[in-house]
Amino acid sequence: MIISFIVAAISMGVVYLYGCIGETIIEKGGNLNLGIPGIMCLGALGGAVGVNVYFAIFSTANVSTLLILPVAIFFSFLFASLGGLVYAVLTVSLQANQNVTGLALTTFGVGMMKFLGSNMNHDNFTLASKAIKKLFVNYEVLGGFGRLFLSYGFLVYLAFLLAIGVGLFIKYTRVGLFLRAIGESPKTADAQGVNVTKYKYLAILIGSGIAGLGGLYYVMDRSGGTTFVEAAIEAFGWLSVALVIFSMWKPWVGALGSILFGGLYVLPQYVGISNIQIKLFDLFPYVVTVLVLIITSILDAKNSQPPAALGVNYYREDR
Amino acid sequence: MGNENANNLQNREVAVELRNISKHFKGVYANKNINISLFKGEILSILGENGSGKTTLMNMLSGIYQPEEGEIFINGEKASIHSPRDAFDYGIGMVHQHFKLVDVFTAAENIVLGIKDKESLKDAYSKLTEISTRYGFDIDLKKKIHNMSVSEKQTVEIIKVLYRNASILILDEPTAVLTPQEADKLFGIIRKMRDDGKSIILITHKLAEVLSVSDRVAILRKGEYITTLNTKETDERELTEYMVGKKVDLKLERLRILASPPVLEIRGLNVKKDDGTNAIQDLSFYLRGGQILGVAGIAGCGQKELCEAIVGLRHYTGLITHKGQNIGGFSPEKIKEIGIRMSFIPEDRLGLGLAPNLSITDNLLLKTYRQNKGIFVDRETARSEAKELIERYGVVTPSTETPVKNLSGGNIQKILVGREIGSDPNVIITAYPVRGLDINSSYMIYDILNEEKAKNTSILFIGEDLDVLLTFCDKIMVLCEGKCMGIVHTKNTTKEEIGLMMTGAKNLVELYPEKEQGIAPDSLLTKKEWKQLAKENEKNDK
Repeated sequence: MIISFIVAAISMGVVYLYGCIGETIIEKGGNLNLGIPGIMCLGALGGAVGVNVYFAIFSTANVSTLLILPVAIFFSFLFASLGGLVYAVLTVSLQANQNVTGLALTTFGVGMMKFLGSNMNHDNFTLASKAIKKLFVNYEVLGGFGRLFLSYGFLVYLAFLLAIGVGLFIKYTRVGLFLRAIGESPKTADAQGVNVTKYKYLAILIGSGIAGLGGLYYVMDRSGGTTFVEAAIEAFGWLSVALVIFSMWKPWVGALGSILFGGLYVLPQYVGISNIQIKLFDLFPYVVTVLVLIITSILDAKNSQPPAALGVNYYREDR
Repeated sequence: MGNENANNLQNREVAVELRNISKHFKGVYANKNINISLFKGEILSILGENGSGKTTLMNMLSGIYQPEEGEIFINGEKASIHSPRDAFDYGIGMVHQHFKLVDVFTAAENIVLGIKDKESLKDAYSKLTEISTRYGFDIDLKKKIHNMSVSEKQTVEIIKVLYRNASILILDEPTAVLTPQEADKLFGIIRKMRDDGKSIILITHKLAEVLSVSDRVAILRKGEYITTLNTKETDERELTEYMVGKKVDLKLERLRILASPPVLEIRGLNVKKDDGTNAIQDLSFYLRGGQILGVAGIAGCGQKELCEAIVGLRHYTGLITHKGQNIGGFSPEKIKEIGIRMSFIPEDRLGLGLAPNLSITDNLLLKTYRQNKGIFVDRETARSEAKELIERYGVVTPSTETPVKNLSGGNIQKILVGREIGSDPNVIITAYPVRGLDINSSYMIYDILNEEKAKNTSILFIGEDLDVLLTFCDKIMVLCEGKCMGIVHTKNTTKEEIGLMMTGAKNLVELYPEKEQGIAPDSLLTKKEWKQLAKENEKNDK
């Protein structure tokens, strides 16, 4: 029972983790992207398009994981990045307000998924899901260990690998240093010859693409192709943004936090409680996030603060 | 060696030549047809008042701004500088007045920022150490910027430029935040860089600096180029005339009047900063009527918190008495009513004190709306007050209804100071009232303060320029990290002594413990009464 709870927590948390990693990259570059829920919807939509593209070319018999997975990831990433591109053009090139643009993007993404997704052929989603989820076989023979570590689809491992990789990248590489500098003080980075616009665009495009995979993962892996609901993904998107704050802009902490958030989400199914209490459980991730904010503010730890220039557009000739 | 250089300037190679450079912001020329050249291995000062376009010009050389007209030649070849990176490629490095450093990074991280060479960090360290020993910098490269003092931050900025092998260095008002000793050290480093063959541009508005360090001086006035002079062949008087554009006969003087008994007495004051650390520690001083007490100190060592505590905007422990009455627990309105006024000029003038989108009239109303009867705003009175203020201080504005943000910095400041002083106070707390003003406006503010002093008003003057503090104030209180280093009569002290006290190297409070610093011998309250007040205060705090 405890093992199946942890497995459920991890597999749920991955939805948040993708959003968290993507948003962390974007925020490290100084852009607050509140369009993450919309971008995750676009990612889910892209994934669905990818799956349909696959089935348009190949037969439904013997779905190949090796083929359908890359196709789904590619389309999901592409759709989400396109959403990010809109955001980047508006905020970086045209200096639009980041909060307003982000919120508009959320509305747009949710709407697009509802509009295009409802007219789409959902028949093969469960079939596709089975292939996308398939990775290790016969892990049951290893008992608890097998279920705990080997029972997931590729996208789960990818999320944790990304969390570690992005964390290392931001902290230890030169490019990561430049990106952080832009988030802290774009005028400093600019005066030092860093191409602020290029970095911001790349951070937003890549970050959005990664966040979009969260949508793909939820539909095609976590829910087994049965739930293609924009409202659910939007809610997970907001939790991803909360997870960024909870993780104090550290993807490694985000990976652990995602398991906590996921655990809180699935907990009601394991402790047997009423519907009203379920609503209460939905609150907990936010409560935990607020607590983290309060604690880090009281401690005033310089290393766990948001990037100093977060949410502020940069224009070189500003006076 | 430097002096020889200065003599043979005519046959020297030109490092930078600016030809007919123009740039304007929102229809106003910041630079107009500027022609300046910098020789190799010289120190060129660019002198001009605030707002004369010095920084804008240099920002064009360092790639932050783009010139609209004109050409830049580097080492004789036409250069096109479109970004800071281009500027680096031409060997130009600028140390900005407002440091461009990432607070949460270490010194080393800041220095290597933007450099794409695959140089290992170890090589970087050895190169940095080499630069440090060569110029005698003393800096911990692994220290984070937010833990550094202002002069350390400046050192990092300079190393940043040297690390990129810049041969043309621009320093924008480098001494604005330094003590006299630190400034001397910096000048030593600048001379050394010149002797190493680097060309240096020093932006400044301080005449003494121009004359002591630079080989030549170029003068700008209101965005226009005036002339270039050899510093050996000029003097302060001539420079001022070129800078201001007319003969100036401005003298800063200390008004000698008989000071009255203490008006404001402060004892054992403790104030905390926003982040909970100590801003002011155990500070005692008093202000007499008809006296100006200057406050000297490095930026951010408790000046702001001190002002805010006195006018009731910040919590404190200790005693503040006004004419023998404890004003602890008074609301800011009540404190204003008894005649204490503050005009604090923060770095962003508009941030505190004025609403940028409102007109001059409306900004005056913000202060006086309480006297207004009825529910509708009485604009007429405020409008006539605004007219009076504009006339009295010579504010340049199209009308009383112009939004404040459309005025120039100096004019905004006149309104801010004028509004505070115009209400006939008996105590004035003023911080940096001339920051960003041109010479004429500055002296107007000093004159106004002297007028107030003659009216027996007590003035607490928080200043930046030690020369001004020394000639203008009766006494100077020196703060170092929120602690009082002593209160001295200006006639008995020197700039050097104040500088040493600012860094805490000299502490009169510790040197002469028998002399009770900041305790008035003719206090309005007896020792017993002070004790009583302190007791009451303690009770209230509980």
